[in-house]
Amino acid sequence: MSATRAALPPRQRAAETGDRPLDRGRRGSTLLRHLAVLLVVGLVLVAVSYAVEPFRNFQLATVAAYLCATAGLTVLTGLNGQLSLGHGALMATGAYTVALCQNAFADRGLTGGWLLALSLLAAVLGTVAVGAVVGVAAARLRGPYLAGVTLAVAVVVPALAVTFDGVFNGEQGLSVPVEPPPLALGAYFPYERWQLWLSGAATLLALLLVANLVRSRYGRTFRAVRDDEVAARLAGIHVARTQVLAFVVSAATAGLGGGLLAMLAQSVSPGAFSLTLSLFLLMAVVIGGLGRLAGALWGAVLLVALPDLTHSVTELLTLSPAVAQRLEGNLPLAIFGVTLIVVMIAAPGGVQGLLSRLGRGLLARWPARRS
Amino acid sequence: MDRFVFLTVDGLSRGAVYAAFALALVLIWRAARVVNFAQGAMAVAAAYVAYSVSAATGSYWLGFLVAIVAGLLLGALVDRVVMRHVDHASPLNPVIVALGLVLVLQAVLGMVYGNEFRPADVPFSRSALTVGGVAVLSPYDLFVFATIGVVVCALAWMFARTAVGLRMRAAAFAPEVSRLLGVNVGGMLTLGWALASGVGALAAMLVIPTELGLHPHAMDLVFVSAFTAAVVGGLDSPLGAVVGGLVVGLLLSYVSGYAGSDLTPLAVLVLLLAVLLVRPGGLFAPVAARRV
Repeated sequence: MSATRAALPPRQRAAETGDRPLDRGRRGSTLLRHLAVLLVVGLVLVAVSYAVEPFRNFQLATVAAYLCATAGLTVLTGLNGQLSLGHGALMATGAYTVALCQNAFADRGLTGGWLLALSLLAAVLGTVAVGAVVGVAAARLRGPYLAGVTLAVAVVVPALAVTFDGVFNGEQGLSVPVEPPPLALGAYFPYERWQLWLSGAATLLALLLVANLVRSRYGRTFRAVRDDEVAARLAGIHVARTQVLAFVVSAATAGLGGGLLAMLAQSVSPGAFSLTLSLFLLMAVVIGGLGRLAGALWGAVLLVALPDLTHSVTELLTLSPAVAQRLEGNLPLAIFGVTLIVVMIAAPGGVQGLLSRLGRGLLARWPARRS
Repeated sequence: MDRFVFLTVDGLSRGAVYAAFALALVLIWRAARVVNFAQGAMAVAAAYVAYSVSAATGSYWLGFLVAIVAGLLLGALVDRVVMRHVDHASPLNPVIVALGLVLVLQAVLGMVYGNEFRPADVPFSRSALTVGGVAVLSPYDLFVFATIGVVVCALAWMFARTAVGLRMRAAAFAPEVSRLLGVNVGGMLTLGWALASGVGALAAMLVIPTELGLHPHAMDLVFVSAFTAAVVGGLDSPLGAVVGGLVVGLLLSYVSGYAGSDLTPLAVLVLLLAVLLVRPGGLFAPVAARRV
């Protein structure tokens, strides 16, 4: 930071560096702006849920569940610079918490719509506890060491379900009893639409909180720590505390995402939360665009759309059932992997980076429209 | 006591494989400052090639040789085609690209061979010989010790005594100066990748028959154990990798023998966390300070 730049009036300096001016008026409106976006997206989602068939509703609900986890991972990896290969395990924590809670409620004969909310809250809290433990260790580690530890978490946690099969029922997993939609919505209300509403509402709420956090003082300290730890510490930021906080926030959203997945699938098993899921989440975030919450959305959409797409492609080809099964399970993996490598080498900004570059290019071409 | 002796020998045999695999990680870390998270998948790919060759020719030894050659080639290929083009400015980038490689390799293997366990051959019997009424070690264990001993000594000799080894160390230590002095730095890097991947393939050939068999994910847990071994020894120290491998092998053997084999993954995680939190540089690292 040179002396001349520091001497400029704040607004001019912001214009030079490309930052938004951070005066009171703009900052105060962030919450309102996010609330407005939330309302619009929510209304659109309700409209869409009536317009499309049940299966698409279910897919959208799954996108929402993944979006929770990818948004959290974006905060952690993109904004705070900590790599986590263990988010699949954190999702498993949330999913198993929901399963155990719902089963406990069902065993005691409790019914009611609010129970699911309670289970999801328990999932978030349980994952926060696990995330805090991993986060405290993670705050002391850098680069490949952190990646190695979180990789170990991703490999080990699903194996725990088999080790303690008295509680988690081993490879079989647990079923998740979920209430049908309330009768007030009508007798023939499709279950998938109800799932989308639940999943969408929970995700939008989580995204609102995360988006506000990213725009807040905490979000700025996250980025400061990512960019230069020494400078951040000199500026009075507690580096380790910031990193643990980022990990906890990220874990909370991953737990919620896992809980939502358990609710959607109505079952949990260790196979659903393997190392591959963790790699998928990371890959979705990278391809979507690290460091941008909008990138998390692209990633989540990709996670649901690509397997579906390869399924339709393999159905078009006439293959023997055995070959088709092999292709169907592995083709999405291969495509994901190749895309990940190509994106990392050719376009590190991901989809969202390409889009914003495209947008800026268009704006630059027609300067008259800018004013 | 019999059990203890058996578990110790079994642990050392397992640990020798982890040591070789950890050594491969250390080789790449020293040459390129990259932890090769794709090492396990690359080694499994080489083992599958060996499986095909052995199945076609009926010869274990031809397959064994082919696995090592395939490992060498795959390592060179990965460096030339992928890793060389990655921006190393952030340490996250090579890790993410390596994970992409894991996905691709496992997917391709799954497509070609299917996601089921295939039995892997052994050249020697795995039933233990008894000395004085105590089951000590099997001919296969001896084969593992001998092979890995030869590889470790050959690598040590190469780095310490040959011109190529000196060039490789120079290229890793001071790339710019070495380039000025006429060392082919890029070539040395590729050689490092090839060697590491060859050693990894050898380790995979030795360890896969002792576990469930050949599977695209067969090396996932081995990779985590070997990474732990490398961290225990310090990522920069080849000697540390060998000692770390033996320590991890012994620990896992005792845990699975006395507490149940389900607990071994957890034991790896606990050991990894403990070492990183207490002595992050590894047991063999010189005193060093990280900024902040």
